[in-house]
Amino acid sequence: MSALEKKTVTPSGSARAAGPILEARDVSLSFGSVRALQDVSVTVGAGEITALVGDNGAGKSTLVRCFSGVHKPQSGEVLLDGAPVSFGTPEAARGAGIETVHQNLALVEDLTVWQNLFLNRELTRFGMLDRRRMRAEAQKMVSTLAVNVPEVTSRVRRLSGGQRQAVSICRAAGFSSRLVIMDEPTAALGVQETARVEELILRLRDEGHAVLLISHNFDQVMRLSQQVWVMRAGRCVAGRRTDATTGQEIVGLITGAIAA
Amino acid sequence: MSTAATGTPAGPSAPSKASPPDSSGGGGQAAFSRLATVGFWADWAALVGLIVLVAVFTALDPSFLSSGNVTGMLSASAALVILAVAQTFVVATAGIDLSIASVTTLGIVVLGQLYAGGQPLAVCFVGAVLAGLLAGLVNGFLVAKAKITDFVVTLGMLSAASGLALVLSDGQPVTVTEGFFFDISLDGPVEMVSWIVVAAIVVAVIAHVVLFHTRFGTHVLATGGSPEAATATGISTARVKVAVYAIAGLLAGLAAIIIVARLGSTPPAANTTYLLNSVAAVVLGGVSLFGGKASILGPVFGALLLTVLLNGLTTLGVSQYYQPLSVGVVVVAAAFLMRFQK
Repeated sequence: MSALEKKTVTPSGSARAAGPILEARDVSLSFGSVRALQDVSVTVGAGEITALVGDNGAGKSTLVRCFSGVHKPQSGEVLLDGAPVSFGTPEAARGAGIETVHQNLALVEDLTVWQNLFLNRELTRFGMLDRRRMRAEAQKMVSTLAVNVPEVTSRVRRLSGGQRQAVSICRAAGFSSRLVIMDEPTAALGVQETARVEELILRLRDEGHAVLLISHNFDQVMRLSQQVWVMRAGRCVAGRRTDATTGQEIVGLITGAIAA
Repeated sequence: MSTAATGTPAGPSAPSKASPPDSSGGGGQAAFSRLATVGFWADWAALVGLIVLVAVFTALDPSFLSSGNVTGMLSASAALVILAVAQTFVVATAGIDLSIASVTTLGIVVLGQLYAGGQPLAVCFVGAVLAGLLAGLVNGFLVAKAKITDFVVTLGMLSAASGLALVLSDGQPVTVTEGFFFDISLDGPVEMVSWIVVAAIVVAVIAHVVLFHTRFGTHVLATGGSPEAATATGISTARVKVAVYAIAGLLAGLAAIIIVARLGSTPPAANTTYLLNSVAAVVLGGVSLFGGKASILGPVFGALLLTVLLNGLTTLGVSQYYQPLSVGVVVVAAAFLMRFQK
């Protein structure tokens, strides 16, 4: 673990600011006879928002789970800053600076905002929870959201969908993460809340985090991302710079109407 | 204040629907409007019920609050308080331990057999606690690692532990008469508070600290509240589950010591009322059976309420046969109130 962290520090100098922070090379994964991923190769640029699009079942979520330590590729490799990595657990991926905001909002409803922000990273003092410090730090983390700030002592159950997503993103952005993976972060949100979460995603990028965004919303992809990868039936069929493509082309690539 | 606000879902400061944060300016009014909500009564069902019962029984029979009767009730509640706390840990992870009373009996029998074998009391105590811990660990591993439903695992343990108790004791109780051991259920540091009551209080305080002031406690609540979220943040829900069943077993062993201290003997037949009453106390205490929401104070008051209820009915000369009926009615009524909890 510590060896891995040492490796990650060196190559990400400012000299290659837009170089890939994360790379998948020919990653394949099958569940029984179902070939969920077949020779998928994608890169995630440092300081960029990279979008991953595709129809339901195209393998997007499976691919990001290979990055976040939930799945292990059966062949191919995942490189972090050019060095091959293999995460056995989500915890290992987090340790390497890869945080995931889950589609199903991985928050505990009956715990407070600050308890969720510090879940499994609780600060302790003499073996006891340092509630005061965690509350204060949570307040700091949340106040950077600027919009619709939830009370850190309120239970997540009482928050709106947008506030919950903000808390999830906040948790992912904190703790010095380098890459934040978001699986449809605005799927369950209204128009205004979506706009706020998008602001938050842009802010993450501006603060230097790389973002890997799964989205079904093409307008959102065109608005936010710098790079788009298109997946279809377990393969990565195309990659485009966002400013060199159109929403129409992306749709065509997803459906197969346009051959990559 | 800080504890109640963040640690104890059933705490008084948990804001209810009728008192949104912006109404906190009018302190008295907010407090009053809170009293008017069903949610408040649901949160404090056990304490309110306890006060009402004490008032009613005292009105009907003034000797109910005599120091002798209070001493007796507190001592009688000690084992149930510990078992209710034990059950709370398991229920907080959305599990249930149906074997808790049988494991207690196993502890009682192990204590008795070791005593009959001439072992010093300290060894007998350790034996009882270890027997409970071991049964709890088996429960935990079967639930968490073998992934068998908690209901089935602990139902199996219910049968296995009570069977083992009969096998070990050959169905015979052992009389445990040792001066100091007998005294701990009668004497205590303060009047009306015996040493076994002190033990129950200590267990409750430690349990509260563990649940609300340690990382482990937070992980217990997270495991019950949302196993997916807990796993996603790297919490090993399997390890948490093994731990809560182990804690329940260990506390069952401790309860065994307290029961033997009160009885002066080691009855080998399982006392199933402890199982029903431990679950009842947890429900009365406002702990969610779906996990994730727990309190220690609630189930402690729940255990006291049940003890007072049974004692009061006995003092009033109500037939023993009505006691399970009354417990059933109280528990279902409390569960009904819980529906109005936020």
